[in-house]
Amino acid sequence: MVATSADPMIRIENVSKFYGHFRALDQVSLDVQAGEVLMIVGPSGSGKSTLLRCINHLEVPDAGRIVVDGILLDNDEKHINAVRAEVGMVFQRFELFPHLTVSDNICLAQQKVRRRSRAESQTIARALLEKVGIPEQAQKYPEQLSGGQQQRVAIARALAMQPKIMLFDEPTSALDPEMIKEVLDVMLALAHEGMTMVVVSHEMGFARNAAHRVAFMDQGRIVEQGPPDKIFGTPQHDRTQLFLSRILH
Amino acid sequence: MTVDHERPEIQPRPRDLRAHLNEFPWWLLIILSVIGYMVVRIIVDPIYRNIFNTILQGLSTTLYVTAISFVFALIFGLFLGLGRVSTNVILRNLSITYIEFIRGVPMLVLIFTISYAVVPLLARTFGLSNNAISLTSRAIIALVLIYGAYIAEVFRAGIEAIGRGQMEAGRSLGMSRWQTMRYVMLPQATRNMLPALGNDLIALLKDTSLVSVLGVREITQVSRLSVSTSFRYEETYFILTLFYLSMTLVLSLLLQWIQRRAKIKR
Repeated sequence: MVATSADPMIRIENVSKFYGHFRALDQVSLDVQAGEVLMIVGPSGSGKSTLLRCINHLEVPDAGRIVVDGILLDNDEKHINAVRAEVGMVFQRFELFPHLTVSDNICLAQQKVRRRSRAESQTIARALLEKVGIPEQAQKYPEQLSGGQQQRVAIARALAMQPKIMLFDEPTSALDPEMIKEVLDVMLALAHEGMTMVVVSHEMGFARNAAHRVAFMDQGRIVEQGPPDKIFGTPQHDRTQLFLSRILH
Repeated sequence: MTVDHERPEIQPRPRDLRAHLNEFPWWLLIILSVIGYMVVRIIVDPIYRNIFNTILQGLSTTLYVTAISFVFALIFGLFLGLGRVSTNVILRNLSITYIEFIRGVPMLVLIFTISYAVVPLLARTFGLSNNAISLTSRAIIALVLIYGAYIAEVFRAGIEAIGRGQMEAGRSLGMSRWQTMRYVMLPQATRNMLPALGNDLIALLKDTSLVSVLGVREITQVSRLSVSTSFRYEETYFILTLFYLSMTLVLSLLLQWIQRRAKIKR
């Protein structure tokens, strides 16, 4: 299957996911265009992280279809790896590799998956650390960095694979307040460069400045979606209004 | 109004004699005294010296059996442990079956069963004569098969302690399950496992005494043979005890030193 420019970067069709009898995702359909920044908001347990994790097959849907960059995500390991190579992911708890230096964290998958030489991967790592604003930390271990710095390394690590899509799973929720901005600034720069991004987060500032579209999820469904001004300004749905009234003080 | 009082200098309280006495490793001093007494006895008393020299002849076998068994048990245990945490149903259940089998039978019985039943059965299957495999080899095979199961559980616990997020991070970068295991999980697991593996090494060293039942001439067997003609039970078994105690003490201190170094390196 070859993607044409008309196809969306991510196509999610009628995806459902159960945990036991709990319906985490209820026939969700969603398209994300190339270069689009989509933000998913919603109360905890609404399925937003589950949906995000389905996009790179960390969660396996029980029903429905997901096509990423023209590749159908079935259970074929080849397809899964092909999609994962195109999709970068940033986790709430960073998940840096604690036994490797910052530089080696960024180089490992470059060498093992992209088959780049040591020197080449290190050059890329240096450039990316420059980009996220911490070039001087290359030889330190993750535990020696602040949370904000660790999350920026995690972003650099994902970018080193030159992904077409970046997924962010509550990237600032584990951070101290004074470190949130440095991470959001990196994400903002990325959005302005035209990266396709799906962001699960409640950072309204980021939504207003960078998101093209906001989707509100509740009880495993997308209740409402639209431009950030519209969703935050004149939400149509009761659940959306209630939720927003609680998080926008 | 400024509150710039002169603050009294607070010094850490000097550790007094009692604290020092409290923390002193008295146990080590006692063990070393016992060992010291025995060493002196061996030097001055010809009877002790003779018995010591006799037992010494088995030492190389004890050390050799321990070292070879441990190396192969580590390799076997690693694969068994990986099978234990595999997502493959067949592989995982085969591994669990094996581990539970080994853990459910006394070691002495397993040594008999493996040496006198399993190995001859396999030898016959591959067309070898019953005596083709020496008793020392059988002892090593038995210890590897038994300790492999114990070490597999150490690997499993070490891998499971690391948490799902690290595997997900590796997989989300496009690395395969095996690559993530090899470059992300195992290096971290091994570091966490050092204390448990050290304990297994010491336990293995002690359990080599069990293979004396096969007639392998390690220090326990040599002692038993010696006693059966000399009848010097007290001297022989005290010296044999000294051998094991010295070896485990040295190993245990060595492992503590290695662990401290591994921690500093981080």
